[in-house]
Amino acid sequence: MAVLDRPAGAGRPHVVASPPGTGVEAPLPDRVLMKGNEAIAEAAIAAGCDAYFGYPITPQAELLEWMARRMPEEGRAFVQAESELAAINMALGAAAAGARVLVSSSSPGISLMAEGMSYMAGSRLPVVLVNVMRGGPGLGSIGASQADYLQATKGHGHGDYRVPVLAPSSIAEAIELVGDAFVLAERYRTPVMILADGILGQAMEPVVPRFRSIPKPTADWILEGAAGRDPRVVRSLHIRPDELEEANEVLQATYAEITAKERRWAGESLDGAEVVVVAYGTAARVARTAVERAREDGLRAGLFRPITLWPFPAPALREAAAGARAVLAVELSAGQLVEDVRLAIEGTVPVFHHGRTGGMVPSPDEVVAAMRKAWAVTPGKAPTRPGTVTPETAPGGVR
Amino acid sequence: MERSTIFAGFGGQGILFAGRVLAEAAMVEGREVLWIPSYGPEMRGGTASCTVIVADRQIGSPIVDRADHAVVLNPPSMARYTPLVAAEGLLVVNTTLIEAEPGRDDIEVLSVPCTALARRAGDDKLVSVVALGALVGRRRFVEPGSIHAAFTRVLGSKRPDMIALDIAAFDAGYEAGLEEVIA
Amino acid sequence: MTMKPEVGPLPLRRPATGTPDAPAAARTIYRRPILLSAQPTSYCPGCGHGIVHRLIAEVLEELGVADRTILVGSVGCAVFAYDYLRLDAVESPHGRAAAVATGVKRYRPDRVVFTYQGDGDLAAIGTAEIVHAAARGERITVIFVNNGIYGMTGGQMAPTTLAGQKTTSSPLGRDTRTQGYPLPVTELLSLLPGVAYAARGCIAEPGLIGKTKAMIRRAFDVQLEDTGLSIVEVLSTCPVGWGMTPTESMQRLESEVMGAYPVGLFVDRAKGVGQAMPAPVGRASPAGGCAAAAPGPGVPAKEAGPARPAEA
Repeated sequence: MAVLDRPAGAGRPHVVASPPGTGVEAPLPDRVLMKGNEAIAEAAIAAGCDAYFGYPITPQAELLEWMARRMPEEGRAFVQAESELAAINMALGAAAAGARVLVSSSSPGISLMAEGMSYMAGSRLPVVLVNVMRGGPGLGSIGASQADYLQATKGHGHGDYRVPVLAPSSIAEAIELVGDAFVLAERYRTPVMILADGILGQAMEPVVPRFRSIPKPTADWILEGAAGRDPRVVRSLHIRPDELEEANEVLQATYAEITAKERRWAGESLDGAEVVVVAYGTAARVARTAVERAREDGLRAGLFRPITLWPFPAPALREAAAGARAVLAVELSAGQLVEDVRLAIEGTVPVFHHGRTGGMVPSPDEVVAAMRKAWAVTPGKAPTRPGTVTPETAPGGVR
Repeated sequence: MERSTIFAGFGGQGILFAGRVLAEAAMVEGREVLWIPSYGPEMRGGTASCTVIVADRQIGSPIVDRADHAVVLNPPSMARYTPLVAAEGLLVVNTTLIEAEPGRDDIEVLSVPCTALARRAGDDKLVSVVALGALVGRRRFVEPGSIHAAFTRVLGSKRPDMIALDIAAFDAGYEAGLEEVIA
Repeated sequence: MTMKPEVGPLPLRRPATGTPDAPAAARTIYRRPILLSAQPTSYCPGCGHGIVHRLIAEVLEELGVADRTILVGSVGCAVFAYDYLRLDAVESPHGRAAAVATGVKRYRPDRVVFTYQGDGDLAAIGTAEIVHAAARGERITVIFVNNGIYGMTGGQMAPTTLAGQKTTSSPLGRDTRTQGYPLPVTELLSLLPGVAYAARGCIAEPGLIGKTKAMIRRAFDVQLEDTGLSIVEVLSTCPVGWGMTPTESMQRLESEVMGAYPVGLFVDRAKGVGQAMPAPVGRASPAGGCAAAAPGPGVPAKEAGPARPAEA
């Protein structure tokens, strides 16, 4: 699988069918405007998604609606479940039966799906989940948010398990990552999460409506009825501790392999950057504009954009930040991504944070101000000893 | 080139539709475009807004803090979005419903009785389309022909009967945008 | 077929004489069905799960569908059912079996899919899943083993626990004022037009076991007929949880439990047994489906009263 190293917000290459401004008679360009939610849904269908289960919640409802129309057209399974709890367990059943499954929800619904994710991880079932994040905690707001970072990368259900998390920052990239998510899920027999947000779900961008079809690998564990062979059991229960430890060791070996092979990121203007901004998804797009503005004003800034949030591209970030005087994590949360940034940087460079919560999105100028402050309070080339106190912005960041 | 436009007004004024048409027109021209609606409770009555960014390169921030254009169709929208217009940007004001002055002298203000022109074109709901016409007439960052094509693309399968009305409303706004003296 | 003498999992109070619908070859007193593994179960002496497992194994064998059947397990004492029934199987989180089965069946509509659930699993934590699977008329079979208690966790009160019954979490006896009334799930489900078959059996004695087997057989037939969800509730024992000997617990089934939970057939839509409540069906769904089984708004309210079992 190719590393997706396109810059933030990159559109897919497209053919311009006619010169700009030639008017009504020009042939239409080979693109269509699609909402993020719809594009993700259609990309999943093109990839070969056999079954979709969901429940209405803003801001991902269009994904469910798209599937409600398109899946039956394709002769595939669609169920609007009675809850996210039921939806994720329908996914569990369908995946055990060998289906390629997509499930989507938004933050509160993902919390309800946590149980199923733990069971699917334990049962080694490939399922792709989409979280179109909204503001929390609790019912929160329906505004765009990235406050589920820790839930996605460290948490949700119980037990020692991880889930690869892919974070698109444009609709075109979301389409690509849907295909990649199915590949990862099936290659490693694990749930995979696509972590989007309300803006990405609700925005429209032009996309080339030629989505990837993903070949389906054969599997020797799927349930179809034990005809001419011994019965198979898909389960997470291993009542003997020694057996459960063995099962955990298999999971951990898988996670180690994923970490070694599947970390992805994109960089922009990182050469000689004095301030390295780290951001993903919608925040990365804001940061990209902020980096451009800062460079126009003479501040040497660069953008490091993790595409896999788990596994986090820590070695690449540490290398990218090695010559910087400050690292600034920008996110739509009170400070979650920044924890992984600090772990990656290991105190070698001062790490700052700028975040907005509740559905608020920082403006590019706000991010520029945070970059300037980070630059101003850090010494130039002075070495920073690991373990020394690093300057921090106030909680919530510079406004 | 990158141009950002905020459309804002009451629900029912066709705000999201006008933005969608602009986005479609830009796409027809082979350009990059991003359309973001206000969504949720706002779209069920009350205020509505959307942002459209048109560019000749990849689009960064979906959040606009320096709008090149704002189209405001009711008083609350003017109050809220006028401060976001960048210096030398354009503010299209629906003077049928807005009496107040925007209170900025570093931007261009285009005063158009959008609701009245929409009514004359056949339907009050075309007010956003009239405003879009005025915007494109004043700042020709997309071609009017592309907008005409966009109406067909957006309405073609669902409401083909509306295409001619929309084009007429757009043209009325476009003429107003060309002619209106800078306030 | 061998005549190898084997002992059933429970000492029955009366010798088994075969079941009413057993074929002529029923001179065999007992043999282990092919689908039942030779592994001893982990169930306590006097527990009914072994009997119910055997009935399922016999039915699937007789129907000849075992090699296209998928068992959806659940959480509780029967969590290891996949070790005893030689079938492809998937485990479910507690209460979610009907949702898991929905996923399996929607992707593999040509397979026979059934859940095996206890009363804590189905009637407490899994009520939403079973009610909505039934409302959708999922083409699955539900084997619902009701022993009125949480066995695996140490004999706590279940939604199905009888009024006054002592458990470890109702030490003074279930007080209906504070702990509510026993939940008759099968009666509730039988009101739904998506339920094509609903019946309650019991394992208290061989005659009842035979009737229960016939119910399970019919439930799988209904799935093969593709008309809706089928459910068989089986009244069963938990001698340890009830603080009784196996014999006493079998006697209690007949003397107490069957009084509260009448055994019999509630619904067999294809045979005109049972009345669905008048579902607010606006229009019949284009594909027919469960809506086709609904009587529609024209059904008089008096015909839609609480379900009572018909003669089994």
